[in-house]
Amino acid sequence: MISFEPNEDQRMMRDTVASFAINQVRPIARDADESCQIPDSIVQQAWELGLIQSAIPEEHGGYGGDRSAVTSALVCEELGYGDLSIALHVLAPRLVTYPVLELGSDEQKNEVLPAYCGDSFVAGTAALMEPAMGFDVNQLSVTASRQNGDYVLDGAKCYVPLGPDARHTVVYAAEDGETKAFLVGSDTPGLAVVEREKIMGIKGLATYELKLDNCKIPASARLEGDVKPIFNRSRIALASLAVGVARAAFEYARDYAKDRHAFGVPIAQKQAIAFMLAEMAIEIDATRLLAWEAAWKLDRGEDATRESCLAKNYAADMVLKVTDNAVQVLGGHGYIRDHMVELWLRNGRGFATFEGLALA
Amino acid sequence: MIDFEMSEDMKGMRDMINQVAEGTMRPISRQYDEEEHTDPVDWQKMMWDVSKGTSVFGGGPQDKKERSGNGSSKPSERNVGATVTIEELSWGDAGLYLSIPNPGLGGAAVSAAGTPDQKKRFLERFGSGEPKWAAMAITEPGFGSDSAAVATTAVRDGDHWVLNGTKIFCTSGHRALEKSEGFVVVWATVDKSAGRAGIKAFVVDHGTPGVTVTKVEDKLGIRCSDTAAIVLEDARIPLDNVLGDPEVKGPDKKGFKGAMATFDATRPAVAASAIGIGRAAVDFVRDELAKAGVEIHYDRPVMKQSALERDFMEMEANLQAARLLTWRAAWMMDRGMQNNLEASMCKSKAGLAVTQVTQKAVEILGPLGYSRKILLEKWMRDAKINDIFEGTQQINLLIVARRILDYSSKELN
Ligand SMILES: Cc1cc2nc3c(=O)[nH]c(=O)nc-3n(C[C@H](O)[C@H](O)[C@H](O)COP(=O)(O)OP(=O)(O)OC[C@H]3O[C@@H](n4cnc5c(N)ncnc54)[C@H](O)[C@@H]3O)c2cc1C
Repeated sequence: MISFEPNEDQRMMRDTVASFAINQVRPIARDADESCQIPDSIVQQAWELGLIQSAIPEEHGGYGGDRSAVTSALVCEELGYGDLSIALHVLAPRLVTYPVLELGSDEQKNEVLPAYCGDSFVAGTAALMEPAMGFDVNQLSVTASRQNGDYVLDGAKCYVPLGPDARHTVVYAAEDGETKAFLVGSDTPGLAVVEREKIMGIKGLATYELKLDNCKIPASARLEGDVKPIFNRSRIALASLAVGVARAAFEYARDYAKDRHAFGVPIAQKQAIAFMLAEMAIEIDATRLLAWEAAWKLDRGEDATRESCLAKNYAADMVLKVTDNAVQVLGGHGYIRDHMVELWLRNGRGFATFEGLALA
Repeated sequence: MIDFEMSEDMKGMRDMINQVAEGTMRPISRQYDEEEHTDPVDWQKMMWDVSKGTSVFGGGPQDKKERSGNGSSKPSERNVGATVTIEELSWGDAGLYLSIPNPGLGGAAVSAAGTPDQKKRFLERFGSGEPKWAAMAITEPGFGSDSAAVATTAVRDGDHWVLNGTKIFCTSGHRALEKSEGFVVVWATVDKSAGRAGIKAFVVDHGTPGVTVTKVEDKLGIRCSDTAAIVLEDARIPLDNVLGDPEVKGPDKKGFKGAMATFDATRPAVAASAIGIGRAAVDFVRDELAKAGVEIHYDRPVMKQSALERDFMEMEANLQAARLLTWRAAWMMDRGMQNNLEASMCKSKAGLAVTQVTQKAVEILGPLGYSRKILLEKWMRDAKINDIFEGTQQINLLIVARRILDYSSKELN
């Protein structure tokens, strides 16, 4: 039966993360961007919320909770509302744990998962994006070829969060033209960090360009199974994070508009501004619901490719428009780094580019 | 629990209505667009016989009894159900949908603001006899959006109200007053100096002397629907035909405000109708693309998508976004929640989305899209009204803006 009401557990989870995002994350978001650094303390605090461990079964040391994409959509929105860099950093271990949980064998689960159930944050990551125009998750240029029973990975990856700090990197590569996931340990020869990237937004998050040069991994490092649901999880996560970023910008602009006077009245009383804000509010809600629906479909075990792609693309357009409007509402002040809106615009611009940076 | 699965009952209803739409509406769709001002009498009779007594609008907010649940623990899905029904009917043909004999907007006002006696007197007739319509007349030649500018007057004279003025653009006004034993709810002021507080809603029955339909408009789309101008010249109606409290002062929850509250129910209904038209267009384009061998790859990166693919996906996403916003507004009503903001959100989104979606569809189909041989151009014409009536795009944005900014209509207008 159609319903828009999160259940009790989801509400609790969302509220917990929301209060963390507002009280702990947001106050340090500007600093993280300026210093290109995220303090360990916030990462550890986030770890203690159990966002990573909760989805890991008890037999592997986790809390044995579910892996509902709907719940995750709620969580991602709140984290994105706090700060996108920090959100992507603290969620990064899922880039390993989720593919292992969904696609991995028992041995792989036993080997990998317990590492992500300890008392402190352990970085994990994935290498999906590639530094080429026309990058396509279904036609990767990084290759995995069979060689004497092993796999050899070759090519270049970019936007790999936490790169060298990650205990495992899930590398996506084309095996006979088909995208597959491979588990690569951090000290595997042939896996080299090129450099930390300098990008327009999400500057707090350390992302790296990686080079795979004759990188040999055992055949057992391949995660069996279809990667499509993983990519759909990523689209849902990104769409929901975008909703969070957009909501942050919207609320900031709304409050500013009620305060700022021009021609004798608050600018919010001018229709040109009020209508912009109204459209922002509508589009944010619209995107959230598209993301929820995609997540709901995925949770039912159905193919959610269409829904999650539509939601992600819609979200990428929406967040750019909303954050841009937020800068516009603040006028010249929006262009100054004393205000957060320019940061959200830079972060928002990224969603059209991002693939696979987070998993719901 | 967040859930997008319709109940089995609702799916059954949707499928049944889809059959009605496809089997009985589509075949006569073009005919009643071309033959404006003629009634699809047989079809109306059939729809009357199957739907008698029920409002397609789903009826608005749940009353307490319904919410606390008639012994059943299942929450009501009356309003969500209504949006689903309306989407299917409008997928069939929006003009025909608006021509179904029905209590309509007039009935919605009586349901929302009427006393038990009024409900009985005015609504009982929809359960039997010949097909009937009811309508709502707010708009006048001098105003549309600014509904506080009502110039039609109501003056008390003994046991009667005497109404004078001109109403225009009244949907089903002709059918309600002259083609059936229906009624029109007319908004008039009892005291112009009192502004909004002076505006009351009056039930004007068919056959009331002094009430004349002077014109039925020729339109861009929804041509089967009748859009009437009504002149009231010393029209005398019984004293107890006023909805809500006739006093200007005092807490009048039911009069003007009551009638305004019906918008919270009818805006999702209009949005649903819009979505039905939009879906007709999207379904059509999808089929044509498939026939032409064009495949839609949803998971292709944007720079590899063809312009056509991108347009089509945008149409689908916009339509679905509008649908979800509409379901949400209706669902809130089913839960007895205040949905004024969400009702305007969905109406604004749906009105604009289907306008754009149908215009894009015509463009994509090229010469075929522009041709009257197929229905696409008609759907584009039909779609546009949804961005105009029940509050224009701008008026709904205004309502959303007031809500999110916490402004009164004085502060933001
Ligand atoms: C087919 C059809 C059926 C209809 N059915 C009914 C019916 O059953 N009953 C009924 O009472 N009415 C009905 N209407 C009338 C309809 O509700 C009005 O046309 C509508 O509300 C707009 O009013 P208007 O046409 O006077 O436009 P105006 O109010 O003159 O508006 C003109 C333009 O100005 C904009 N505008 C107005 N005020 C503002 C503002 N404050 N801020 C920004 N922009 C503003 C509007 O958005 C619009 O773009 C119907 C109309 C049509 C065409």
